[in-house]
Amino acid sequence: MEKEVNYEYGVVQGFALSALFWGVIGVLIGILISFQLVYPELNFAPWLTYGRLRVVHTNGLAFGFGLGAIFGMFYYITQRLAKAPLPFPKLARVHLWLFNAAIAAAAVTLLLGYSQAKEYAELEWPLDIGVVVIWVMFAVNIIGTILNRKEKQMYVSLWYILATIVTVAVLYILNNLAIPVGLLKSYSVYAGVDDANVQWWYGHNAVGFVFTTPILAMFYYVLPKATGAPIFSHRLSIIGFWALIFGYLWTGAHHLVYTPVPDWIQTTAIVFSIFLIAPSWASVVNGYYTMNGRWDQMRSNYLIKFLILGITFYGLQTIQGPSQAIRAVSQVMHYTDYLPGHVHMGTMGWVALTASAAIYYVIERVYKTEVYSVPLANAHFWLALIGQLIFSVTMWFTGLQQGLMMMQRNADGTLAHTFMEALKLNYPFWIMRGVGGVIFFLGFAIFVYNILMTIQKGKRLGAAAA
Amino acid sequence: MNVYSRPIVFLVLAIVVISVGTLVTTFIPLFAKTTSTPIDGIKPYTALELAGRDIYVREGCNNCHTQTVRPLKFETDRYGDYSRGGEFVYDRPFLWGSKRTGPDLAREGGRYPDAWHYQHFKDPRALVPDSNMPAYGWLEDTQVDPAVAEKKMAALGFPYTADEITALNGKTEMDAMVAYMQKLGRDFKEIMAAKNAQAAMPASALSNPYAGNKSAIEEGDDIFEVNCASCHGKDLKGGIGADLTAASLKFGGTDADLYASITGGRPGGMPPFKDALGDDKVWRVVSFIQYVRGGGEEAKEAGHGGHH
Ligand code: HEC
Ligand code: HEC
Ligand code: HEM
Ligand code: HEM
Repeated sequence: MEKEVNYEYGVVQGFALSALFWGVIGVLIGILISFQLVYPELNFAPWLTYGRLRVVHTNGLAFGFGLGAIFGMFYYITQRLAKAPLPFPKLARVHLWLFNAAIAAAAVTLLLGYSQAKEYAELEWPLDIGVVVIWVMFAVNIIGTILNRKEKQMYVSLWYILATIVTVAVLYILNNLAIPVGLLKSYSVYAGVDDANVQWWYGHNAVGFVFTTPILAMFYYVLPKATGAPIFSHRLSIIGFWALIFGYLWTGAHHLVYTPVPDWIQTTAIVFSIFLIAPSWASVVNGYYTMNGRWDQMRSNYLIKFLILGITFYGLQTIQGPSQAIRAVSQVMHYTDYLPGHVHMGTMGWVALTASAAIYYVIERVYKTEVYSVPLANAHFWLALIGQLIFSVTMWFTGLQQGLMMMQRNADGTLAHTFMEALKLNYPFWIMRGVGGVIFFLGFAIFVYNILMTIQKGKRLGAAAA
Repeated sequence: MNVYSRPIVFLVLAIVVISVGTLVTTFIPLFAKTTSTPIDGIKPYTALELAGRDIYVREGCNNCHTQTVRPLKFETDRYGDYSRGGEFVYDRPFLWGSKRTGPDLAREGGRYPDAWHYQHFKDPRALVPDSNMPAYGWLEDTQVDPAVAEKKMAALGFPYTADEITALNGKTEMDAMVAYMQKLGRDFKEIMAAKNAQAAMPASALSNPYAGNKSAIEEGDDIFEVNCASCHGKDLKGGIGADLTAASLKFGGTDADLYASITGGRPGGMPPFKDALGDDKVWRVVSFIQYVRGGGEEAKEAGHGGHH
């Protein structure tokens, strides 16, 4: 049966490898910037200063690693769920090359300081146009495949894929509207408070529709395949999906608590942030209950470890996130290192673990073989987990410490600590965080090696069979 | 009839679902006057300040510094009055930031003299030994391009004169950055200062509770070293700040005058310390300065011997 469909797998592999490449670069830069915060002499040259590199780190990982993995996995998942090949395989190949060219151009222009200074929307206007073109190329192929599908009902993953495609387009275009004043310089069409409000509507939903919905699409696809059991509850999937994509768009202003953005917008955002716990946990519950009676697979199947720890961090993340939106909590931890702690539980925990599982799974299928080394995959898992835990726990601790010190007063009512007193106490924690990063990187390097060797093995087997 | 078998219907439905929150929280507020009307007295950027702001964007200073003071007491005590929406109407993009690796800069204007900023950008650790801020001395190597600056002013619709553009000739990126630092929050401070002018209390009404008190003087010495020595020198003989041992001080040398200089700051770059130190510590510093001014310096130097 399956032989009859001529699936396009070349781009799947191309995107997976691109994601790994940008992942390595991005994580290495992450390690460099975490040490720059302790040893400022590491700001070697203007284009290697922290202010510019931090942006290359976030863009490189969110878009190079994150989107690369998303494009690759979506091309695979969509074709398989539709039981139909991509309608325009050549377009997909152009997409792959343009994607890599765009990420390279992004890295170079950001290092040169061409930036719009809006988080996750730093790229200047010519690159923005390129991103939109790339997105349309992708959308055409994915929607085309779905329209050609042989399977009448669309599975949950396809819902998340479609929602991702439209929402990212709307977010990206509206937030990047700008008046060019040169080839690589522009001014936002929004000013001040309005600019802030639009930016964080975008910024939070970049988290929602790059770091959440696409990763859920992978999770819902790979978990039943890897366990051999269907998802626990279809009804829960439905409620979770619609409530999540409805709720996310209301919450941007939880990044702007206590700023001059109108209070009612902040309060609405806080309320919807709490509401989001429900649809987020719908997926967590679905994941856990799917494992009912199969928990032994945690030991026997390496993919399950990645997926279950991934969804566990997603569950923790979606409790911690809403708690951060509350004013009383925001007072303390907003602007401190507590935030990078939250961010990296989400990115290094949920996103990286789940995407890794998807990449392992898909590369095995593309080459009709098993992973090169399960022990190495297990080593990758443990190093990623330990590295991430060190990162998040140290940042939560020092962030809280800094937040509380900023509020503390002497008996006479004066502030007890200067800014520098609190900053200095971060240094040992930033060093530990950097060590956590190195451990995570070792895991990632093993991952890359394991995938490359699996591909080698697959090619050898393919040649032998022919 | 179900949407899960109709991709196009599904897509339309998804767009509707994501549009509700978008319209209510993001689109409709764009038409509210409250967020786009300037407070009376807030002025657009000059060509030099705008050039500095664009360099701030280019260098990603916003990755370490915020520019919004929250309406919380511990926050306003540290950074100054909280931020109002009407202060930001000329800001494209907004630069509030999301992380304070360095302190908030919303009220930076007038906090330090220009000379402090030049020295700080060239070598932050010379002034603040534990700082992790990168050094930006190389901003002096590039000059601001007047033609580009004019184009930007025109694009943003900010008022400017031909003289203002000509005056940019020879200005470095460092000059522009320092001008921008001094602009941050300056207009708002002037608005508030004008409002508060009448309410001010005569400083001469105050008296020093610690005059001549030995342990207070010693504590004042320590407070001085941490908060003041970077500008006034460990020996009080001045540097960026005034020589405090001079026989006559510009703003007067009585306890009450010193108290006023320290708590309220002075226009030439003396930062106000009322909130940071509080009355009690200020009086201890005043006692210390008076002790040194009264000839106690030699005694102090002799006592501390080789420690300095
Ligand atoms: C790695 C983070 C980092 C970056 C990037 C950074 N700073 Fe700083 N900055 C700090 C820290 C920490 C301090 C507090 C210690 C000090 O004064 O050096 C500071 C202090 C300052 C101060 C003095 C604030 C005060 O009131 O005492 C100014 C002004 C300033 N920075 C401006 C800038 C500008 C402009 C840029 C971009 C060109 C920049 N900084 C980039 C971390 C950073
Ligand atoms: C950022 C640099 C800086 C710091 C820090 C600083 N000062 Fe000053 N100070 C100045 C400058 C500049 C002046 C001159 C102001 C003027 O002429 O308007 C000045 C003026 C003064 C004066 C008035 C001198 C006169 O001639 O009347 C006193 C008193 C004073 N400072 C005390 C202090 C004390 C005490 C501290 C620490 C609590 C301190 N300063 C910290 C820069 C600083
Ligand atoms: C219910 C879900 C979630 C809610 C309500 C939520 C809430 C929040 C809040 C309130 C902040 C800002 C805190 C502050 O600045 O004071 C934040 C920051 C952030 N969150 Fe979450 N979070 C959620 C899930 C996630 C997930 C799954 C990820 C995945 C990686 C994530 C990634 C981030 C990132 C990257 C930031 C930093 C943004 C920035 O300042 O640049 N969050 N989140
Ligand atoms: C070795 C692993 C990593 C290290 C050492 C690292 C380091 C850092 C550092 C130092 C920061 C700046 C924090 C600050 O402002 O104080 C940061 C921010 C960030 N990183 Fe990483 N990182 C790593 C992995 C990742 C991964 C895998 C992702 C995404 C997939 C990621 C996404 C981000 C994002 C979105 C931010 C911005 C957070 C914010 O604005 O609050 N990082 N990282």
